[in-house]
Amino acid sequence: MSVVTDLSPKAAGGGRMTGLRLTASRHRSWSIVLGIAVVGAILPVLAYLPPFSLAQPANAWIDGYTNAGVFVLLALGLNLVVGVAGLLDLGYAAFFAIGAYTYAYVASPFGNSVLGINLVESLGTEVGGLVFWPMLLVGALVAATFGILLGAPTLRLRGDYLAIVTLGFGEIVPIVFLNSDQLTNGTNGIGGLLRPSLPIIGSFSAINPWPYYITMLVLVSFVMIMCYRLVESRLGRAWEAIREDELAAAANGINTVTVKLLAFALGASTAGIAGVFNASKLVTVSPDQFTFIVSFTVLSMVVLGGMGNFWGVAVGAFVIYTINNVLLKTLNQFFDQTGFPILKDIDFIQLQFLLYGLALVAMMLLRPEGLFPNSRRKRELHTAITADEQDSLTTAEGTTEEGQR
Amino acid sequence: MTALPATNDAGRPSVPAGRVVRLLVLLAILGGIAWLAVKNMGAEQATEQLFNALTRGAIYALIALGYTMVYGIIELINFAHGDMFMVGAFVSLTFLGQILGLEGAVTNIPLLIALLAATFLVTMAILALVGVTIERYAYKPLRNAPRLAPLITAIGVSFILQNLVQLVYGPYQTNSPKIFPDTWVIQVGSATVPVLSLFIIGVAVVLMIGLQLFIGRTRLGRAMRSTAADRDAAALMGVNINRTIAITFLIGSALAGAAGVVNGLQYGVARFDDGFQAGLKAFTAAVLGGIGNTVGAALGGFIIGFIEVGATAMGYTRWGPAIVFGVLVIVLVFRPAGLLGQQLGERA
Amino acid sequence: MSDNVLSNPPILVADQVTRRFGGLVAVNKVDFTIPERSIVSLIGPNGAGKTTFFNVLLGVIDPTDGSVEFMDRRMIARPERLAVESLLWVLPALLTGLLAFALAEAGILSGRLLAVVGFLVLLLLIGMLLLAIIRPVWYQTRLARVGIFRSARPNDMVEAGVGRTFQNIRLFKNMTAVENVLAGMHSKLHGNLVSAMFNSRGMRVEEAAAERRADELLTLVGLRGKGNEAARNLPYGDQRRLEIARALASDPKLLLLDEPAAGMNPKETQDLVALISRLRNDLGLTILLIEHDMKLVMGISDRITVLDHGEKIAEGTPEEVRKDPRVIEAYLGAPAS
Repeated sequence: MSVVTDLSPKAAGGGRMTGLRLTASRHRSWSIVLGIAVVGAILPVLAYLPPFSLAQPANAWIDGYTNAGVFVLLALGLNLVVGVAGLLDLGYAAFFAIGAYTYAYVASPFGNSVLGINLVESLGTEVGGLVFWPMLLVGALVAATFGILLGAPTLRLRGDYLAIVTLGFGEIVPIVFLNSDQLTNGTNGIGGLLRPSLPIIGSFSAINPWPYYITMLVLVSFVMIMCYRLVESRLGRAWEAIREDELAAAANGINTVTVKLLAFALGASTAGIAGVFNASKLVTVSPDQFTFIVSFTVLSMVVLGGMGNFWGVAVGAFVIYTINNVLLKTLNQFFDQTGFPILKDIDFIQLQFLLYGLALVAMMLLRPEGLFPNSRRKRELHTAITADEQDSLTTAEGTTEEGQR
Repeated sequence: MTALPATNDAGRPSVPAGRVVRLLVLLAILGGIAWLAVKNMGAEQATEQLFNALTRGAIYALIALGYTMVYGIIELINFAHGDMFMVGAFVSLTFLGQILGLEGAVTNIPLLIALLAATFLVTMAILALVGVTIERYAYKPLRNAPRLAPLITAIGVSFILQNLVQLVYGPYQTNSPKIFPDTWVIQVGSATVPVLSLFIIGVAVVLMIGLQLFIGRTRLGRAMRSTAADRDAAALMGVNINRTIAITFLIGSALAGAAGVVNGLQYGVARFDDGFQAGLKAFTAAVLGGIGNTVGAALGGFIIGFIEVGATAMGYTRWGPAIVFGVLVIVLVFRPAGLLGQQLGERA
Repeated sequence: MSDNVLSNPPILVADQVTRRFGGLVAVNKVDFTIPERSIVSLIGPNGAGKTTFFNVLLGVIDPTDGSVEFMDRRMIARPERLAVESLLWVLPALLTGLLAFALAEAGILSGRLLAVVGFLVLLLLIGMLLLAIIRPVWYQTRLARVGIFRSARPNDMVEAGVGRTFQNIRLFKNMTAVENVLAGMHSKLHGNLVSAMFNSRGMRVEEAAAERRADELLTLVGLRGKGNEAARNLPYGDQRRLEIARALASDPKLLLLDEPAAGMNPKETQDLVALISRLRNDLGLTILLIEHDMKLVMGISDRITVLDHGEKIAEGTPEEVRKDPRVIEAYLGAPAS
């Protein structure tokens, strides 16, 4: 969708946008900042109220929100690749890993020794922590570079094959990190990472969740604004076009290779940002943080939240993460304590992936457009005929039956 | 509709002689590797590793066949197929271990034969049923949906299978009764080769030949080929598409089940996540051989087996998976049609 | 009008175009020129190779032999000197690497600086890789000067000024009519990643102008006021018009219409004829038509070319072609009496 300058409400296809949606699209950036600010203010308040306050202390909630935010970022990025451009990337965690390890190399003693620089020692924690902020950009760029490197030879493959190749890549990267003891400290991972710091506030702490929380709110706002801007631009139209019909898109002057590469690179860079942030919060990076499970979880979030819809994906990611990490844990505790006969023996945390699987299958069968769909996607996914099918309905040079469609 | 090529590029006209050349090159490479192996390890160890590789390869080949058949007929990469293999392994260990109460080797030959036959039958039958059910309820409704939907569903099914098994059997390795005695060996030159290896290779070869005969000579096999080539035309010719697709899944799953049985006999353990990695490697094998091509899948399976065992033999065990995935990426990038190209869906 | 037009200089020249699929020869040594501002048609029985030829002209598939020139620039032909191109990709990185190596040996360069140079080499490699993949037009022209040639891709053809519609409508079904046209305008707009991220004023101005132009094009094809309809909701005839509007959005000089009248009733076909005439007379476009509707073809074409079994069997004015015995035989399968 392009930026609207005249006053007639244009819709996301076949209808009129009204009220909230219309205002939001006209003042996109501000509505995002406002939205995030409102949500960002409400969530901590909720943490102090029952029943939330009974489940865990408020600080734990806020810390949990921040961790959920990491997945929100990942989901936003993957949404660009899968939801908007229609490229199935099953190895997204690899870019997450690359961002994290990039930060580790610059902000840890081990990493420094590998690179041959002396940042951590010479600058100390307070000043060294300042490096976090530029590293957000650096991590994004490094991840984007790998996105391009992966995408360049593979993006001309058809969807299923691309999925497998990205899956392979997603497997290879952690294995490489795992086995290169000299460079990456292997299974032990790299520890002692610097926490971010700011001039007046000083270094972020492990105990006070607020600096991380607010930083995350800012990052999410930024990424969301960028995502919306991109989607509502010439590039976004190109992505939509190639998602709908790649051949027709090329036939209309769109350089499909460039456009796909950009989607990949931008998605990867978002994962890179998330990786840097996550590394600075956990202060260690290790290969087992970046398994296929992570890629799969983020994919589930995108699918369940509504492919193509950024707010939907963000909310979906947040909800899924919180359900996962709080609800299931709480259910475990609850049933353990109350001693229900069968339920107390079930490890709900283990169950989560079973539930994911069931949810994904159910979603695809019943509501493939996700919980908060883009109205356009809804139409797209509930259709019986796609372009490929159209081709197969025609013979090489005969007329078709479109009139009756 | 003919199964489309893997890339969007237009093809160059292929030269028939090129196929022969390629196979010769492949044989030359294999020969070179064999020579290297003998040099490094000595003929004895090399022979043992050879049979090791063939055994491994046989297992991958059986799994790869399912991938390639399903892809050839509905152009879906069935992510859950690797997990069918895993389920097969667990079904067989349940049958042998818990239902029949066996624990170790069975030396009474008639009894062993009976047990093996029973295990294969039961496992393959159950897997066939599971495969058909999954196809009917998870994939069939999405046959006309955009490509993303069945792909995601397949991933979902894969996770469901893995986690159901994990719930029942726990996250750790479960023992699988190795009823085929590994003490039975034969001598090949100075090398010691377990009979079990020969058995596994034999089973795989028999099944593969059976499959080729089925596809090539029977009515159902013809139905499969024509559906893969052009679904609408096949339907117009009276082929029952739904049944044909169901049968494809049936056969593919049964073969994966057989792979699970032999895996249990050979390694004696099974874990809920065996399917994921094995599946990826088997898929690599299918792509390597030429997706949609059953002979290619078999060939690819053996090649992957060789690569894996070779990597281990040379001390690169930890890098094994990475190498195989590397092969996958390289094949898809440079030669997506694989070694033998399309077959199930090829135009005349 | 016809006679004058046919003597115009050619806008497109296809020379001995051949395309084989394994053993089958779909297009066999076809010569084809399109004079500027003419309306020419390509007809032939089913399986004659029209669509294959079309696809070659558009860069969708490579020809096995022969070439296609558009506006005096060779766009399509068999690739030439690809090995040299591969060399070109590694050359900068290689040279820099060698230079670095030499300097290191001489002791001038070491440690930190060497790492930086190594990094530079990597960047050069990645840069050339990107160039090779993306193949912008300036890259292709420079290569052409050294004799390295790869056929234009479909989007290159569009940038050069060739537009097309599809035989079986390939609109972006879930986008609105306006969005479809804006998508067609892609090659003529300049909004890029940076301008999108920063929401620059230039981009906003361009987008507004683009929307106005889209509305103009929709009006031109007779779809005024239907801009906000989802493409899939439009009636069939309107969808055909929208396809044309979208093709026009890229400001083409040559428009290739693949069976534009398929499935249309006589009234709709008449409107189409009027539209095509307007496109040539008012907008100065050159039009190539593939069609089966003989009334349309005979009525509007300045010249008709007939293909059968991949070969050109006749070419001339509608009158000439109508009476050509070979054409009659090809369609009816028997020698004309």
